[in-house]
Amino acid sequence: MSRDWEVLGETGLQFFGKMAASISHELKNVMAIINENAGLLEDLTIMAEKGMPMDPQRLKTQASRIMKQIRRGDDIIKSMNRFAHSADEPLRQADLNDSLALMCTLSGRFASMRGVTLEQEPPSTAVPIVTHPFLLQNLIWLCLDFAMGCAGAGKTVFLKAEKTEGGAKIGFSKLQDLANCEPGSFPGERETALLQALKADLIIHKDLAEMHLTFPPES
Amino acid sequence: MKVLLVDDEHELVSTLAERLAIRGIQADWAVSGEEALSLTERNTYDVAVLDVKIPRMGGLELKRRLQVKCPAMKFIFMSGHGSEDDFRSCSAETPEGCYLVKPVNIEDLIGTMNELTKARRDRP
Repeated sequence: MSRDWEVLGETGLQFFGKMAASISHELKNVMAIINENAGLLEDLTIMAEKGMPMDPQRLKTQASRIMKQIRRGDDIIKSMNRFAHSADEPLRQADLNDSLALMCTLSGRFASMRGVTLEQEPPSTAVPIVTHPFLLQNLIWLCLDFAMGCAGAGKTVFLKAEKTEGGAKIGFSKLQDLANCEPGSFPGERETALLQALKADLIIHKDLAEMHLTFPPES
Repeated sequence: MKVLLVDDEHELVSTLAERLAIRGIQADWAVSGEEALSLTERNTYDVAVLDVKIPRMGGLELKRRLQVKCPAMKFIFMSGHGSEDDFRSCSAETPEGCYLVKPVNIEDLIGTMNELTKARRDRP
């Protein structure tokens, strides 16, 4: 196995594990909230059995809170399913906007832990590329992770996927602390291996507080 | 017993506080470390129940800061992660049995809180 594939394999496993752990954490929170709401429903029922009047509106509120969490859990599982299936095929047509949106969703917990907001410009048109979806998502995650560390006081990372003459690109902007990042620290070995595998380029504009990830039409 | 609950899931802590109140335990709640620290300016708590992964500050950091402000306060960690690392770092900061994995059984939580406050009451 070449060194590149060794790096890609190790990086991919780390990425998969990190996302799986984050998803399981989110699902645990959903279950914990359902547990408390169902528990409160039980408490209210026991109190009603003891003769305390029960307000039907209260029951309705509890039921609606449980349903809200079930919808939240369902959304998390849908994202997890899409993410898991991204490793199915080595090359597939994908919409860069969708891949970026999925990674923003999966990175939500990490962003929130760092007090950062990820803001993706609503797509006006599809940005199709032929790519390896899992490697693409891995690269987007590593760039997001780096960008979150450079968000600075504004604490918002602005993201935009768009078509270009030669293919497509993702822009990471409002990286207020980018100028203070150690020169040469990014992209590192993992990012470089992914950039090569996807035939992509990473251009860092410290003066503009922006970073651009560019892709050929087929990567 | 007066309890402080801290977790960034608003619905989790508010509902848990209500269930504790039904059982005669007064509980306040906060959704961030900053909010929790601010509540301790105005109130005294016997026990704090902290999520391990609180945005920005983190449960362990919050525990250390609360401990400086309120040396008598006891702590229980509540986690959705259940990772080895979390378990080790939280267990090193609290007595045995004070690391609970979500979803938590309320009777187990109350049992742990009673044990912690009993230990303090029994101290000569």
